[in-house]
Amino acid sequence: MPALLEARGLHAGYGPTQVLHGLDFTVEEGGVTALLGANGAGKTTTLRAISGMVRTTGEVLFRGERIDGRATEDIARRGIAHVPDGRGTFMELTVEENFRLGAYIRRDAEVQADFERMWALFPRLRQRWRQQAGTLSGGEQQMLAIARALLLRPRLLLMDEPSFGLAPLIVEEIFGIMRRVREESRVGILLVEQNANLALELADHAYLLETGRIVISGPAAEIRRDEAIRRSYLGY
Amino acid sequence: MSASKGIPASAPMVRAPAQRSIAGWQRAAIVLLGAAAALAPIWVLDSFPLFQLTMAIIYAVAVLGLNIVTGYSGQISLGHGAFFAVGAYATAILMAHFDWSFWATLPVAALVCAAIGFCIGFPALRLHGLYLALTTFALAVAVPQLLKHRALEGWTGGVQGLFLLKPDPPSWLPLSPDRWMYVVVLVIAALMYLLAWNLIRSRIGRALMATRDHPTAAEAMGMDIASLKTRAFAVSATITGVAGSLSAVAVEYVAPDSFTFFVSITLFVGMVAGGIASILGSLFGGLFVVFVPNIAEAISRSAPGVIYGVILILFLFVMPDGFAGLLRRLWARAFGPRG
Amino acid sequence: MEALAHQIIAGIATGGIYASLALALVMIYQATHHVNFAQGEMATLSTFIALSFIQAGMPYWVAFFATIAVSFLIGVAVERLLMRPVQNAPVLTHVGVFIGLLLIIGNLTGWVFGYTTKMFPTPFESDQPLFGGLVSAHQLGSTAVTLAVLLLVYLFFRHTKLGLAMRAAAYNPRSARLVGIRVGWMLALGWGLAAAIGAVAGMMIAPVVFLDPTMMLGILLYAFAGALLGGIDNPMGAVLGGFAVGVLENLAGAYVVGTELKLTVALIIIIGVLVIRPSGLFGRVVLSRV
Repeated sequence: MPALLEARGLHAGYGPTQVLHGLDFTVEEGGVTALLGANGAGKTTTLRAISGMVRTTGEVLFRGERIDGRATEDIARRGIAHVPDGRGTFMELTVEENFRLGAYIRRDAEVQADFERMWALFPRLRQRWRQQAGTLSGGEQQMLAIARALLLRPRLLLMDEPSFGLAPLIVEEIFGIMRRVREESRVGILLVEQNANLALELADHAYLLETGRIVISGPAAEIRRDEAIRRSYLGY
Repeated sequence: MSASKGIPASAPMVRAPAQRSIAGWQRAAIVLLGAAAALAPIWVLDSFPLFQLTMAIIYAVAVLGLNIVTGYSGQISLGHGAFFAVGAYATAILMAHFDWSFWATLPVAALVCAAIGFCIGFPALRLHGLYLALTTFALAVAVPQLLKHRALEGWTGGVQGLFLLKPDPPSWLPLSPDRWMYVVVLVIAALMYLLAWNLIRSRIGRALMATRDHPTAAEAMGMDIASLKTRAFAVSATITGVAGSLSAVAVEYVAPDSFTFFVSITLFVGMVAGGIASILGSLFGGLFVVFVPNIAEAISRSAPGVIYGVILILFLFVMPDGFAGLLRRLWARAFGPRG
Repeated sequence: MEALAHQIIAGIATGGIYASLALALVMIYQATHHVNFAQGEMATLSTFIALSFIQAGMPYWVAFFATIAVSFLIGVAVERLLMRPVQNAPVLTHVGVFIGLLLIIGNLTGWVFGYTTKMFPTPFESDQPLFGGLVSAHQLGSTAVTLAVLLLVYLFFRHTKLGLAMRAAAYNPRSARLVGIRVGWMLALGWGLAAAIGAVAGMMIAPVVFLDPTMMLGILLYAFAGALLGGIDNPMGAVLGGFAVGVLENLAGAYVVGTELKLTVALIIIIGVLVIRPSGLFGRVVLSRV
């Protein structure tokens, strides 16, 4: 059985600048894979490369099928949801409309049931139902972005720094929710995070990125325990 | 799209070595040859083709004016026909109502246009590319209506317009007024091109292009963008106004319906076809907008407009640096460094 | 007093046309941040197509809806063929392509249908004077049609999935792609809708101003003025702005400047709004840096 997502020799960049220099990695179904590294290592670009938002060479296989070179919307339609950096909610639209857009490609009858699931997961969003997304707090917007992504019913969820710019208490809350998502659904998660400690706590497997190359990979628990790695790469 | 900003960045690099290798006498010879070639039509052409060539050069001047503000300064004007009209009417009114000679009206037309350009330059500063385009578009559409207005009728002659005469050639010159007109237009056009050339090569010209391409950086470097752009607007209006003044005497008639919205569009098409931000391109633009419609009118009354539209879109898609860019590339291929 | 009421009613009737065209402009502006200078010419072409349908023997309302459908397709085609290739080009290129489009459509219309001014039928006739002669049947009918169009457009954007997707694509194309919306097609649809709305505006104004290839040039100016007055990124604002400009134009024409300077009224509104309040009455602030 093929891995949920597999990248082989993935290169990507912006115009003449190459950012990724041949990455090989896999994401397994139903698990959390963490992508760690310093600023500018290429973490965000990796997610964008998977989503077809930057020009790439190399292969990206999703459930055994090539998706590299496809349009972003086609990749989304195959079941890859992406919570981008800067959250990517529709600020001008209401929470409800953001929910509806999350489920835009779905034709099944369970959308309403999924709405209710999301209300249970993010009770705050229910209170803000008719409010413009732009008026929400940072934490609420992040929650909305995650809810919006989950409403696609993805098999793979790409998350770009869900802790970014949020107060520690809110971060704690969001990671708690993600733990629940992990337990309750079979979605595979590829998590990009600056906060390595938090990410490794949640993840099963981790890759460490340095200037566009993978320098270390292994089970998250092992990396957490390895003091040398922690000191030289993760800085805590 | 390649070079979609339409900036002929390669121009100086191609030309610089060539200039160094040309001796002084050679340059003088080239200038003399050029002058001779420019004057040759007086003896070669019949009066109608000569009139067309005269108009082409007048339009080349008007396009040059537009190019300064839109090409070099990056402010999109779809209403330069208004300055063309003001220049034409300034000359026509002074000649028809006050019996001034053409020569005396020319500086007045230039000054009036400079002043109006300067005044329009201020609100234009506040308007981003698109909004300025929109406002000048509206201006272009409204011009004929303004010219026809009752309050101005005493001066403008209303719908009937004003008739005037070409300047007489000096008595010692055995030239007809048509041929003399051509010489006059040629000399004034040469002066305008020289003025524009010097402006663009100067510190002001470089600053203009810097503000067009990198406004924030230019401002951070202490450039007074507001004053630069307003002055560019004034110079641009002046040049196009002088062209308008020349057109009034060359045609010997001004009327509101000669200055419709289509004149502004013609100048815009000339600029794109000739080459955005190119002095030489403006010259091609003038030739283009006079001769191409003349040929096209044979097909249908609508053909010139359709061809303008097609050329405009085609050039923007495949040749955004216009004829001038094409020539430059051909030149570089023929004489450029190899390997 | 009755003359004043007359002017205001006439202003509302033409204002509805400006409002429709302003809405068409705003729809494309919201999605692309560009103003379609050829919107008026496209509407004129649509009106000529309607006239051909009617002259070919179609009943008015059949021709009306057929024209809307054809115009929609023309709008989609224009976006796919002409706007798609330059979508990331600088403003100057866009303005140039719009002007090119204006020239091509305007002149082709003249080429095919001729430059003579033509009568265009109205479906709204009445034998008795309405409301004591205050309002003509066509004014009443065209205002109703305009309002119906505006209401339909509103319902479409508010309450349909496709309408929501189009708004999402306009506000945030990157995120729209991430939820699987085909943003490119949403733009084309927007162009189609704008062309269809323009077609209705053309068919409603043609009986009043008569039909010729330059019919819409001045009307486009009022639509610009209306869109800017209401806020060019706000559809509701643009609609209100269109009505306001219609009334203003009529009152100014009747009591201040006379009919000869009506276009100048539009010009003054445009300049006034842009210089004093670039975001319009209801729009968000347009960044304007010197």
